[in-house]
Amino acid sequence: MADIEKKPVDATPNVTEVAKTEASTETAAVNAIEEPAAQGEPIIQVRNLVKHFPLTQGILFKKQVGAVKAVDGISFDLYAGETLGIVGESGCGKSTVAKLLMLLEQATAGEIFYKGQDITKLSGRALKAVRRNIQMVFQDPYTSLNPRMTVGDIIGEPFDIHPEVAPKGDRRRRVQELLDVVGLNPEYINRYPHQFSGGQRQRIGIARGLALNPEIIICDEPVSALDVSVQAQVINLMEKLQDEFNLSYLFIAHDLSIVRHISDRVGVMYLGKMAEIGTDAQIYEHPTHPYTQALLSAVPVPDPEAREGRERIILSGDVPSPANPPSGCRFRTRCWKAQDKCATEVPLLAVPERFKASKTPAAHESACHFAEEKDVVHAAS
Amino acid sequence: MKTNKLNEQAEGDDMTSAETAGGSGPDKAAPLLEVRDLQVEFKVRDNVTKAVNGVSYSVDAGETLAVLGESGSGKSVTAQAIMGILDSPPGRISGGEIYFQGQEILSMPENERRRLRGAKMAMIFQDALSSLNPVLSVGFQLGEMFRAHRGMSRKDAKAKAIELMDRVRIPAAKQRVGDYPHEFSGGMRQRIMIAMALALEPDLIIADEPTTALDVTVQAQVMDLLAELQREYNMGLILITHDLGVVADVADKIAVMYAGRIVETAPVHEIYKRPAHPYTEGLLASIPRLDQKGQELYAIKGLPPNLQNIPSGCAFNPRCARAEDVCRTDIPVLSQVTERDGTELVGRGSACHFWKETIHG
Repeated sequence: MADIEKKPVDATPNVTEVAKTEASTETAAVNAIEEPAAQGEPIIQVRNLVKHFPLTQGILFKKQVGAVKAVDGISFDLYAGETLGIVGESGCGKSTVAKLLMLLEQATAGEIFYKGQDITKLSGRALKAVRRNIQMVFQDPYTSLNPRMTVGDIIGEPFDIHPEVAPKGDRRRRVQELLDVVGLNPEYINRYPHQFSGGQRQRIGIARGLALNPEIIICDEPVSALDVSVQAQVINLMEKLQDEFNLSYLFIAHDLSIVRHISDRVGVMYLGKMAEIGTDAQIYEHPTHPYTQALLSAVPVPDPEAREGRERIILSGDVPSPANPPSGCRFRTRCWKAQDKCATEVPLLAVPERFKASKTPAAHESACHFAEEKDVVHAAS
Repeated sequence: MKTNKLNEQAEGDDMTSAETAGGSGPDKAAPLLEVRDLQVEFKVRDNVTKAVNGVSYSVDAGETLAVLGESGSGKSVTAQAIMGILDSPPGRISGGEIYFQGQEILSMPENERRRLRGAKMAMIFQDALSSLNPVLSVGFQLGEMFRAHRGMSRKDAKAKAIELMDRVRIPAAKQRVGDYPHEFSGGMRQRIMIAMALALEPDLIIADEPTTALDVTVQAQVMDLLAELQREYNMGLILITHDLGVVADVADKIAVMYAGRIVETAPVHEIYKRPAHPYTEGLLASIPRLDQKGQELYAIKGLPPNLQNIPSGCAFNPRCARAEDVCRTDIPVLSQVTERDGTELVGRGSACHFWKETIHG
C-alpha cells in the first residue's frame, strides 16, 4: 500500500467546519450517537474521502503497480430529513461512496462524521450503534435476498444482531408490521423470495432496511432493475416512508429524472470526484459544469415537442479509466471548453468566483475553471 | 380466433397487397415486413405460457417502428419469431404469418431462412458483452459475416471488418481489429454489434433494447449513430424498448404491447399528447420528468400479469381505473381511433373498450 498517495487530493476549502463531538468513553460515544439528530442539521459530513483500490502484479511477491482511484477526495453534507441524490455514469465511484458510508470498505484517507464523530475510527459498541442507524437498500432485488430464507427470516435477521430493538417474543409481530408498512400482505411472512415479483422483492428489501429504525438509508440504484410501471410505486413508497419515519436518504442512481423527482439536493460525480453539487433547481435548471450540462442534455425526454427546441450536447469518446485519470480537470478529455489551464490545474469544488456576489441560482458549488450557466433541460423559446 | 379476424380488419388495406403476392418471390409494393396475428407459446411440462397472443404490425423501408412494453409483454419474443431464433422447444409459433418483402417466411425451409438471416434481416442485442464471443477477436467475428455469407478470403474479410469499424466510428480501427471484446468499452462493444448487423447491408434491422445497458451520454451517441446509418441505407428498423424517452427521439410510429398483445398503435408525436389506452396513459404519467419537479408520481396499481394465467377479457382490467364489467368478459380489439367528429386519425388504434373516454377525456 506504499504507493498510494496519502495527501488529501484538492481539499475543498469551502465546506463548513465540522462540529466534532469529543467522547472520552465508549458510553459517551454511544450516547452521542443515540441522540436523535436535529432537523435541518448535517447528520453526515464527508470530508476529503478517498478510496484507492491497489492494482498488483506478481503471484508470490505482489507488488503494487498502480491504483484504481474510485473515489478521489470528495466532501459533502447530508442533512437530517433530506434526500441527497448522487448521479454519475458507471465507474464514477458512486457505489463506492455508498460502501464507504456503510463501512463495508475501508477508506484510504478522509473522514466520515456522523453526528460529529468520525465513524472510520470507531469500534466496539459505538460502531455497532452507528451501523444500526445507517442502513442500505440494494439495487438488485433478485440477488440481495437469500433464496433459502423466508421473508420473515430476511426481515427479522437484523434483530438477531440488535436484539434491543425487538425482544425475541415480539419479533414476528414486528416483522408483520414492517410488511404492512411497505404495502405487502402481513400473511406473506412465511413465503420465499421467488414467490414475489421484482417490485414486491424491492419492498422486502426496504422493509429489511427499516427494521432497525435507522436514521439514514443509503439507496444504491433502488429502482433501476424494476419495470417502469412498478418504479413509480416504489418511489412513492420511499417518499411516504421518509415522511413517516423522518429518514435521510442518500439516493444513488444513474437515472437523472428519478433523482430529480426524489431529491432535495443533487451531487454530480465524474471519475471519483464531485463535479457539481446544489439543490435540485440549481443543478437541473442552472447547471454550470459542462459535464452536468452534457449529462442533462443527453437524457431522452418522453415528449417529442419538448425536445425539439432543446440543445443536445453529444460528448465524444468514453469515460477514461479511473486507474489513470487525466491530469488537471478529469473531464477535460471530453470537454468542449477545455484549455491549457484545465490540463495543469485541478479545479476546486467551490462557488465560481463570477457568481459569488450574485444571488442567482447559478451560485452553487461547481468544479470548473470556466463555469457558465446554461439551461439544457428546457426548450429554447 | 375471434380477435384475430378483427385485428386484421383493423390493419386495413395494407395487407391486401401482401395477400396477392403470397409466397411468389419478393414483392416491392408490399411492406418490408408484415406480422399478422402472430401467436407464440412456451410449453414447460404441462404449463403453457402464452407469450404472444395475436400481434400484427408492419414496417416499411426507411421506417422506424418502436415496440414498447414492460418485461414479459412479448416484445422480444415477437422479434425472435421474426428472426427465426426462437428457442424451440419450449417455444412454438402456434399461429399467424410473417411476410418479409411479400414472402411468407414461417413456412420457408430452414436453409432458405438461414440465407435471409444476416443478409436481409439482422438483429442487435441488448447485452453486447454476452453477445460477442470472448475468445475470438472482434475483427474475426465481423469478418465471419463475409466469410460465411459471401465466401470471402480471410484477408478480404479482415479488410471489410476494418472498413465497418470505421463506419461505426471506432477510433484507430486498423490497430484495434485484432482486439478482443473485453478490451473495448460498453459503448464501443455496442457499436461493434451495430457494425455486425450492418455488415451485409440488410433491409431490416431489429434492435432489442440496444442502449439499455449503456450510460446516458454513450446512449445518445449510439442512438444517433443507429439513426444516421438507418437513413443512409434506407433500412426498416424495429426498435424494441421499455424506455419512452428513447422512443420519442427516433421512432416514426409506436406499438405498445401488454401481456402479448398490442394495446395501442400511433404515430410517435401523437401518443405523448393524447394516449388512447389507459395503460399508455398510466405509463406516461408514471415517469418522472427531467424538466419539471412533479408532485407525487402516478403509479399504475398492481403488477404485470402472470402469462400462465392472463386475466379474462382485457388483460389490463385488474390494474385499470376505467375497468367495467365488459372489460372482464370481452377481449377488446385494436380498433381505429377517431376524432370526436368521426374523422379517422391515421395510423392510430387502441385495444380498449373505452378508448373514446380515454382520448377525449
